[in-house]
Amino acid sequence: MLREILDTFLKFLRTFGAMVLFFVRVFLHSPAVFFSRFPLVIKQVYNAGALSIVIIMVSGLFVGGVLALQAFANLERFNAEDTTGIFAGFALIKEIGPVITALLFAGRAGTALASEIGLMKATDQLSAMEMMAVDPVRYVVIPRFLGGVISMPLLTAVFTTIGLAGAHVVAVEWLGVDVGAYWQQLQQALDMEDVLEGIYKSIVFGIIASLLAVWEGYNAIPTAAGVGRATTRTVVITAIAVLIFDFMITAAVSLR
Amino acid sequence: MQQTRTMELGTGLFVLLGIGALFFLTTQTTGRNDFDADETFAVQARFENIGSLKTRAPVSMSGVTIGRVTDIQFDPVSLEAVVTFVIDSKYDQIPDDSDASILTAGLLGSQYIGLQPGGSSFFLEQGSEILYTQSAIVLENIIGKFLVGGRPEGDEE
Repeated sequence: MLREILDTFLKFLRTFGAMVLFFVRVFLHSPAVFFSRFPLVIKQVYNAGALSIVIIMVSGLFVGGVLALQAFANLERFNAEDTTGIFAGFALIKEIGPVITALLFAGRAGTALASEIGLMKATDQLSAMEMMAVDPVRYVVIPRFLGGVISMPLLTAVFTTIGLAGAHVVAVEWLGVDVGAYWQQLQQALDMEDVLEGIYKSIVFGIIASLLAVWEGYNAIPTAAGVGRATTRTVVITAIAVLIFDFMITAAVSLR
Repeated sequence: MQQTRTMELGTGLFVLLGIGALFFLTTQTTGRNDFDADETFAVQARFENIGSLKTRAPVSMSGVTIGRVTDIQFDPVSLEAVVTFVIDSKYDQIPDDSDASILTAGLLGSQYIGLQPGGSSFFLEQGSEILYTQSAIVLENIIGKFLVGGRPEGDEE
Protein backbone atom coordinates (compact mmCIF):
# COMPACT_ATOMS: atom_id res chain seq x y z
CA MET A 1 0.00 0.00 0.00
CA LEU A 2 2.66 2.48 1.11
CA ARG A 3 4.80 1.25 -1.75
CA GLU A 4 2.08 2.10 -4.27
CA ILE A 5 1.55 5.58 -2.88
CA LEU A 6 5.27 6.20 -3.03
CA ASP A 7 5.39 4.93 -6.61
CA THR A 8 2.52 7.15 -7.67
CA PHE A 9 4.17 10.12 -6.02
CA LEU A 10 7.49 9.43 -7.70
CA LYS A 11 5.76 9.05 -11.05
CA PHE A 12 4.00 12.36 -10.57
CA LEU A 13 7.28 14.00 -9.62
CA ARG A 14 8.92 12.58 -12.73
CA THR A 15 6.17 13.85 -15.01
CA PHE A 16 6.32 17.23 -13.34
CA GLY A 17 10.08 17.40 -13.73
CA ALA A 18 9.88 16.39 -17.40
CA MET A 19 7.23 19.10 -17.89
CA VAL A 20 9.43 21.81 -16.35
CA LEU A 21 12.43 20.73 -18.44
CA PHE A 22 10.24 20.78 -21.53
CA PHE A 23 9.05 24.31 -20.67
CA VAL A 24 12.62 25.49 -20.21
CA ARG A 25 13.55 23.98 -23.57
CA VAL A 26 10.61 25.65 -25.30
CA PHE A 27 11.42 29.02 -23.70
CA LEU A 28 15.11 28.85 -24.55
CA HIS A 29 14.55 28.07 -28.22
CA SER A 30 11.55 30.35 -28.73
CA PRO A 31 13.35 33.59 -29.71
CA ALA A 32 15.53 31.84 -32.29
CA VAL A 33 12.55 29.96 -33.79
CA PHE A 34 10.49 33.15 -33.91
CA PHE A 35 12.99 34.74 -36.28
CA SER A 36 14.17 31.74 -38.26
CA ARG A 37 10.77 30.08 -38.83
CA PHE A 38 8.53 33.12 -38.97
CA PRO A 39 6.17 31.76 -41.70
CA LEU A 40 5.42 28.72 -39.54
CA VAL A 41 4.58 30.98 -36.61
CA ILE A 42 2.23 33.04 -38.80
CA LYS A 43 0.48 29.85 -39.88
CA GLN A 44 -0.10 28.97 -36.24
CA VAL A 45 -1.37 32.47 -35.46
CA TYR A 46 -3.97 31.72 -38.12
CA ASN A 47 -4.81 28.33 -36.61
CA ALA A 48 -4.93 29.44 -32.99
CA GLY A 49 -6.11 33.02 -33.39
CA ALA A 50 -7.93 33.74 -36.61
CA LEU A 51 -9.95 30.54 -36.46
CA SER A 52 -11.01 31.30 -32.86
CA ILE A 53 -12.26 34.77 -33.65
CA VAL A 54 -15.89 33.81 -34.26
CA ILE A 55 -16.39 31.93 -30.98
CA ILE A 56 -14.61 34.76 -29.14
CA MET A 57 -16.78 37.46 -30.66
CA VAL A 58 -20.09 35.67 -30.12
CA SER A 59 -19.18 34.76 -26.52
CA GLY A 60 -17.97 38.29 -25.82
CA LEU A 61 -21.19 39.82 -27.05
CA PHE A 62 -23.36 37.68 -24.83
CA VAL A 63 -21.11 37.81 -21.77
CA GLY A 64 -21.06 41.61 -21.99
CA GLY A 65 -24.83 41.64 -22.36
CA VAL A 66 -25.45 39.40 -19.37
CA LEU A 67 -23.08 41.43 -17.21
CA ALA A 68 -24.98 44.60 -18.03
CA LEU A 69 -28.29 42.86 -17.23
CA GLN A 70 -27.07 41.60 -13.87
CA ALA A 71 -25.44 44.88 -12.96
CA PHE A 72 -28.52 46.85 -13.92
CA ALA A 73 -30.88 44.61 -11.95
CA ASN A 74 -28.82 45.10 -8.78
CA LEU A 75 -27.81 48.74 -9.19
CA GLU A 76 -31.39 49.71 -9.90
CA ARG A 77 -32.20 49.04 -6.25
CA PHE A 78 -29.87 51.86 -5.23
CA ASN A 79 -30.93 54.16 -8.06
CA ALA A 80 -27.41 53.80 -9.43
CA GLU A 81 -28.20 52.44 -12.90
CA ASP A 82 -25.82 54.98 -14.40
CA THR A 83 -22.91 53.06 -12.96
CA THR A 84 -23.76 49.94 -14.99
CA GLY A 85 -20.90 50.92 -17.27
CA ILE A 86 -18.39 50.85 -14.41
CA PHE A 87 -19.49 47.41 -13.32
CA ALA A 88 -19.47 45.90 -16.80
CA GLY A 89 -16.22 47.64 -17.73
CA PHE A 90 -14.31 46.60 -14.62
CA ALA A 91 -15.54 43.04 -14.76
CA LEU A 92 -14.81 42.63 -18.47
CA ILE A 93 -11.45 44.35 -18.61
CA LYS A 94 -9.90 42.96 -15.43
CA GLU A 95 -11.43 39.53 -14.95
CA ILE A 96 -14.00 38.10 -17.32
CA GLY A 97 -12.24 39.10 -20.55
CA PRO A 98 -8.88 37.43 -19.89
CA VAL A 99 -10.29 34.41 -18.04
CA ILE A 100 -13.13 33.46 -20.39
CA THR A 101 -10.91 34.06 -23.41
CA ALA A 102 -8.32 31.70 -21.92
CA LEU A 103 -10.95 29.04 -21.21
CA LEU A 104 -12.43 29.36 -24.70
CA PHE A 105 -8.93 29.31 -26.15
CA ALA A 106 -8.19 26.09 -24.27
CA GLY A 107 -11.35 24.55 -25.67
CA ARG A 108 -10.99 25.78 -29.23
CA ALA A 109 -7.26 26.09 -29.92
CA GLY A 110 -5.61 24.19 -27.05
CA THR A 111 -7.39 20.94 -27.87
CA ALA A 112 -6.54 21.35 -31.54
CA LEU A 113 -2.85 21.81 -30.69
CA ALA A 114 -2.75 18.86 -28.31
CA SER A 115 -4.54 16.45 -30.61
CA GLU A 116 -2.53 17.56 -33.64
CA ILE A 117 0.81 17.06 -31.94
CA GLY A 118 -0.46 13.88 -30.25
CA LEU A 119 -1.54 12.42 -33.58
CA MET A 120 1.80 13.33 -35.15
CA LYS A 121 3.41 11.40 -32.34
CA ALA A 122 0.99 8.45 -32.65
CA THR A 123 1.67 8.22 -36.40
CA ASP A 124 5.44 8.36 -35.77
CA GLN A 125 5.87 11.67 -37.58
CA LEU A 126 7.83 13.10 -34.66
CA SER A 127 10.16 10.08 -34.59
CA ALA A 128 10.62 10.40 -38.35
CA MET A 129 11.67 14.00 -37.90
CA GLU A 130 14.17 13.03 -35.24
CA MET A 131 15.46 10.39 -37.63
CA MET A 132 16.11 13.12 -40.20
CA ALA A 133 17.87 15.22 -37.55
CA VAL A 134 15.01 17.72 -37.48
CA ASP A 135 14.20 18.72 -33.92
CA PRO A 136 10.42 18.29 -33.54
CA VAL A 137 10.38 20.74 -30.63
CA ARG A 138 11.75 23.48 -32.82
CA TYR A 139 9.84 22.58 -35.96
CA VAL A 140 6.48 21.48 -34.54
CA VAL A 141 6.10 22.53 -30.92
CA ILE A 142 7.56 26.02 -30.70
CA PRO A 143 5.77 27.57 -33.72
CA ARG A 144 2.47 26.37 -32.21
CA PHE A 145 3.43 27.70 -28.80
CA LEU A 146 4.38 31.09 -30.24
CA GLY A 147 1.21 31.24 -32.33
CA GLY A 148 -0.84 30.80 -29.16
CA VAL A 149 1.19 33.33 -27.19
CA ILE A 150 0.75 35.96 -29.91
CA SER A 151 -2.94 35.21 -30.39
CA MET A 152 -4.12 35.31 -26.79
CA PRO A 153 -3.70 39.05 -26.00
CA LEU A 154 -5.30 39.93 -29.34
CA LEU A 155 -8.21 37.56 -28.74
CA THR A 156 -8.67 38.94 -25.23
CA ALA A 157 -8.74 42.50 -26.53
CA VAL A 158 -11.35 41.55 -29.13
CA PHE A 159 -13.42 39.71 -26.52
CA THR A 160 -13.35 42.65 -24.10
CA THR A 161 -14.16 45.23 -26.76
CA ILE A 162 -17.06 43.22 -28.14
CA GLY A 163 -18.17 42.60 -24.54
CA LEU A 164 -18.27 46.33 -23.88
CA ALA A 165 -20.28 46.76 -27.04
CA GLY A 166 -22.68 44.02 -25.88
CA ALA A 167 -23.02 45.69 -22.49
CA HIS A 168 -23.63 48.99 -24.25
CA VAL A 169 -26.39 47.50 -26.37
CA VAL A 170 -28.15 45.95 -23.37
CA ALA A 171 -27.66 48.87 -20.97
CA VAL A 172 -28.19 51.81 -23.30
CA GLU A 173 -30.41 50.57 -26.10
CA TRP A 174 -32.49 48.14 -24.12
CA LEU A 175 -32.59 49.17 -20.46
CA GLY A 176 -32.38 52.89 -21.11
CA VAL A 177 -29.21 53.91 -19.28
CA ASP A 178 -28.07 57.29 -20.54
CA VAL A 179 -25.32 56.80 -23.13
CA GLY A 180 -23.27 59.73 -21.84
CA ALA A 181 -23.47 58.55 -18.23
CA TYR A 182 -22.55 55.01 -19.26
CA TRP A 183 -19.31 55.92 -21.01
CA GLN A 184 -18.32 58.85 -18.83
CA GLN A 185 -18.67 56.88 -15.61
CA LEU A 186 -16.72 54.03 -17.18
CA GLN A 187 -13.92 56.28 -18.36
CA GLN A 188 -13.63 58.08 -15.06
CA ALA A 189 -13.54 54.91 -12.98
CA LEU A 190 -11.05 52.98 -15.11
CA ASP A 191 -7.37 53.74 -14.94
CA MET A 192 -4.68 52.74 -17.37
CA GLU A 193 -3.48 50.35 -14.66
CA ASP A 194 -6.74 48.42 -14.85
CA VAL A 195 -6.46 47.99 -18.61
CA LEU A 196 -2.83 46.96 -18.24
CA GLU A 197 -3.78 44.40 -15.59
CA GLY A 198 -6.08 42.77 -18.12
CA ILE A 199 -3.38 42.81 -20.78
CA TYR A 200 -0.77 41.31 -18.43
CA LYS A 201 -3.21 38.60 -17.49
CA SER A 202 -3.90 37.76 -21.12
CA ILE A 203 -0.17 37.46 -21.82
CA VAL A 204 0.36 35.14 -18.83
CA PHE A 205 -2.70 33.06 -19.74
CA GLY A 206 -1.50 32.85 -23.35
CA ILE A 207 1.81 31.39 -22.21
CA ILE A 208 0.11 28.96 -19.78
CA ALA A 209 -2.58 27.73 -22.17
CA SER A 210 -0.19 27.28 -25.12
CA LEU A 211 2.52 25.59 -23.06
CA LEU A 212 0.13 23.12 -21.46
CA ALA A 213 -1.50 22.30 -24.81
CA VAL A 214 1.77 21.56 -26.60
CA TRP A 215 3.08 19.66 -23.58
CA GLU A 216 0.01 17.44 -23.39
CA GLY A 217 0.26 16.71 -27.11
CA TYR A 218 3.98 16.08 -27.00
CA ASN A 219 3.66 13.87 -23.93
CA ALA A 220 0.57 11.98 -25.14
CA ILE A 221 0.51 8.20 -25.11
CA PRO A 222 0.82 7.42 -28.84
CA THR A 223 -2.48 5.62 -29.25
CA ALA A 224 -5.95 6.77 -30.25
CA ALA A 225 -7.10 6.62 -26.63
CA GLY A 226 -3.95 8.40 -25.48
CA VAL A 227 -4.51 11.32 -27.85
CA GLY A 228 -8.11 11.60 -26.70
CA ARG A 229 -6.99 11.62 -23.10
CA ALA A 230 -4.37 14.27 -23.82
CA THR A 231 -7.05 16.49 -25.37
CA THR A 232 -9.28 16.20 -22.33
CA ARG A 233 -6.42 16.79 -19.93
CA THR A 234 -5.45 19.93 -21.84
CA VAL A 235 -8.80 21.55 -21.14
CA VAL A 236 -8.93 20.44 -17.52
CA ILE A 237 -5.38 21.40 -16.60
CA THR A 238 -5.48 24.69 -18.49
CA ALA A 239 -8.74 25.69 -16.79
CA ILE A 240 -7.34 24.95 -13.34
CA ALA A 241 -3.99 26.62 -14.02
CA VAL A 242 -5.62 29.73 -15.51
CA LEU A 243 -7.99 30.15 -12.58
CA ILE A 244 -5.24 29.69 -9.99
CA PHE A 245 -2.93 32.11 -11.77
CA ASP A 246 -5.80 34.56 -12.14
CA PHE A 247 -6.28 34.54 -8.41
CA MET A 248 -2.56 35.00 -7.76
CA ILE A 249 -2.18 37.87 -10.24
CA THR A 250 -5.26 39.62 -8.89
CA ALA A 251 -4.01 39.20 -5.33
CA ALA A 252 -0.55 40.49 -6.27
CA VAL A 253 -1.96 43.51 -8.08
CA SER A 254 -4.61 44.48 -5.56
CA LEU A 255 -2.59 43.88 -2.39
CA ARG A 256 0.33 45.90 -3.67
CA MET B 1 -2.03 28.86 -53.52
CA GLN B 2 -5.65 29.73 -52.91
CA GLN B 3 -5.34 28.31 -49.43
CA THR B 4 -2.28 30.41 -48.62
CA ARG B 5 -4.18 33.49 -49.67
CA THR B 6 -7.11 32.71 -47.39
CA MET B 7 -4.73 32.05 -44.53
CA GLU B 8 -2.85 35.28 -45.05
CA LEU B 9 -6.07 37.25 -45.35
CA GLY B 10 -7.52 35.65 -42.24
CA THR B 11 -4.37 36.20 -40.20
CA GLY B 12 -4.09 39.80 -41.35
CA LEU B 13 -7.71 40.48 -40.50
CA PHE B 14 -7.36 38.83 -37.09
CA VAL B 15 -4.21 40.70 -36.11
CA LEU B 16 -5.69 43.99 -37.33
CA LEU B 17 -8.86 43.39 -35.33
CA GLY B 18 -6.86 42.49 -32.24
CA ILE B 19 -4.64 45.54 -32.45
CA GLY B 20 -7.66 47.73 -33.12
CA ALA B 21 -9.36 46.33 -30.02
CA LEU B 22 -6.21 46.86 -27.91
CA PHE B 23 -6.05 50.44 -29.16
CA PHE B 24 -9.70 50.98 -28.27
CA LEU B 25 -9.22 49.56 -24.77
CA THR B 26 -6.15 51.59 -23.95
CA THR B 27 -7.38 54.90 -25.33
CA GLN B 28 -11.16 54.94 -25.09
CA THR B 29 -12.00 53.21 -21.83
CA THR B 30 -9.61 55.00 -19.49
CA GLY B 31 -10.12 58.39 -17.91
CA ARG B 32 -9.86 61.27 -20.29
CA ASN B 33 -9.85 63.82 -17.47
CA ASP B 34 -6.14 63.15 -17.22
CA PHE B 35 -4.37 66.41 -16.72
CA ASP B 36 -1.17 66.70 -18.64
CA ALA B 37 0.80 69.86 -19.08
CA ASP B 38 4.34 70.24 -20.30
CA GLU B 39 5.30 72.84 -17.72
CA THR B 40 3.89 73.10 -14.25
CA PHE B 41 4.65 74.88 -11.01
CA ALA B 42 4.25 73.39 -7.55
CA VAL B 43 2.18 75.00 -4.82
CA GLN B 44 1.66 73.89 -1.23
CA ALA B 45 -1.34 74.12 1.05
CA ARG B 46 -1.88 73.02 4.64
CA PHE B 47 -5.11 71.40 5.70
CA GLU B 48 -6.40 70.39 9.09
CA ASN B 49 -8.06 67.35 7.56
CA ILE B 50 -7.81 66.14 3.99
CA GLY B 51 -10.54 63.52 4.23
CA SER B 52 -9.84 60.90 1.60
CA LEU B 53 -7.94 63.11 -0.82
CA LYS B 54 -5.42 61.10 -2.82
CA THR B 55 -2.42 61.92 -4.97
CA ARG B 56 -3.37 62.43 -8.65
CA ALA B 57 -6.64 64.03 -7.52
CA PRO B 58 -7.56 66.98 -9.72
CA VAL B 59 -7.15 70.63 -8.74
CA SER B 60 -9.86 72.73 -10.28
CA MET B 61 -10.85 76.34 -10.55
CA SER B 62 -14.31 77.32 -11.74
CA GLY B 63 -14.82 73.63 -12.47
CA VAL B 64 -11.92 73.40 -14.91
CA THR B 65 -9.08 71.03 -14.06
CA ILE B 66 -5.92 73.11 -13.94
CA GLY B 67 -3.64 70.85 -11.92
CA ARG B 68 -3.09 67.67 -10.00
CA VAL B 69 -2.14 66.70 -6.46
CA THR B 70 1.37 65.26 -6.47
CA ASP B 71 2.22 64.70 -2.84
CA ILE B 72 0.53 64.46 0.55
CA GLN B 73 2.62 64.60 3.72
CA PHE B 74 1.92 64.97 7.40
CA ASP B 75 3.78 67.73 9.21
CA PRO B 76 4.72 66.32 12.66
CA VAL B 77 5.34 69.78 14.12
CA SER B 78 2.22 71.69 13.15
CA LEU B 79 0.14 68.48 13.07
CA GLU B 80 -1.34 69.38 9.72
CA ALA B 81 -1.51 67.71 6.34
CA VAL B 82 0.75 69.31 3.74
CA VAL B 83 -0.61 68.87 0.23
CA THR B 84 1.60 69.67 -2.74
CA PHE B 85 0.01 70.10 -6.13
CA VAL B 86 1.15 71.24 -9.55
CA ILE B 87 -0.66 73.75 -11.71
CA ASP B 88 -0.26 74.16 -15.45
CA SER B 89 2.22 76.99 -16.08
CA LYS B 90 -0.11 78.78 -18.47
CA TYR B 91 -2.34 79.66 -15.52
CA ASP B 92 0.19 82.04 -13.98
CA GLN B 93 -2.24 84.77 -12.96
CA ILE B 94 -3.98 83.14 -10.01
CA PRO B 95 -3.99 85.58 -7.07
CA ASP B 96 -1.78 84.36 -4.23
CA ASP B 97 -4.50 84.89 -1.63
CA SER B 98 -6.83 82.43 -3.36
CA ASP B 99 -8.26 79.87 -1.01
CA ALA B 100 -8.17 76.10 -1.43
CA SER B 101 -10.87 73.79 -0.18
CA ILE B 102 -11.27 70.05 -0.41
CA LEU B 103 -14.54 69.27 -2.14
CA THR B 104 -16.35 66.14 -3.17
CA ALA B 105 -17.49 65.44 -6.73
CA GLY B 106 -21.12 64.46 -6.37
CA LEU B 107 -22.53 62.98 -3.22
CA LEU B 108 -20.24 59.98 -3.04
CA GLY B 109 -17.66 60.94 -5.63
CA SER B 110 -13.92 61.27 -5.23
CA GLN B 111 -12.42 64.33 -3.56
CA TYR B 112 -10.60 67.13 -5.30
CA ILE B 113 -9.15 70.54 -4.48
CA GLY B 114 -11.18 73.55 -5.53
CA LEU B 115 -9.54 76.97 -5.75
CA GLN B 116 -11.51 80.19 -5.18
CA PRO B 117 -9.83 83.32 -6.54
CA GLY B 118 -8.77 86.03 -4.12
CA GLY B 119 -8.15 89.71 -4.83
CA SER B 120 -4.40 90.04 -4.49
CA SER B 121 -2.33 91.50 -7.30
CA PHE B 122 0.45 88.99 -6.64
CA PHE B 123 0.21 85.66 -8.32
CA LEU B 124 0.87 82.09 -7.30
CA GLU B 125 4.26 80.81 -8.47
CA GLN B 126 6.63 77.92 -7.94
CA GLY B 127 6.94 77.23 -4.20
CA SER B 128 4.12 79.50 -3.01
CA GLU B 129 1.88 78.41 -0.23
CA ILE B 130 -1.86 78.88 -0.09
CA LEU B 131 -2.70 80.30 3.33
CA TYR B 132 -6.47 80.14 3.29
CA THR B 133 -7.63 76.57 3.29
CA GLN B 134 -10.77 74.74 4.18
CA SER B 135 -10.64 71.13 5.25
CA ALA B 136 -12.63 68.28 3.84
CA ILE B 137 -16.09 67.85 5.21
CA VAL B 138 -16.14 64.56 7.04
CA LEU B 139 -19.61 63.10 6.96
CA GLU B 140 -19.18 61.29 10.28
CA ASN B 141 -18.35 64.56 12.08
CA ILE B 142 -21.52 66.22 10.82
CA ILE B 143 -23.61 63.24 11.84
CA GLY B 144 -21.84 63.25 15.21
CA LYS B 145 -22.68 66.92 15.74
CA PHE B 146 -26.31 66.25 14.98
CA LEU B 147 -26.42 63.33 17.38
CA VAL B 148 -24.71 65.18 20.24
CA GLY B 149 -25.63 68.82 19.79
CA GLY B 150 -28.96 68.39 18.12
CA ARG B 151 -28.42 71.64 16.26
CA PRO B 152 -26.07 72.24 13.32
CA GLU B 153 -23.45 74.96 13.50
CA GLY B 154 -24.56 78.50 12.69
CA ASP B 155 -28.16 77.74 13.48
CA GLU B 156 -28.32 79.88 16.63
CA GLU B 157 -31.26 82.18 17.07
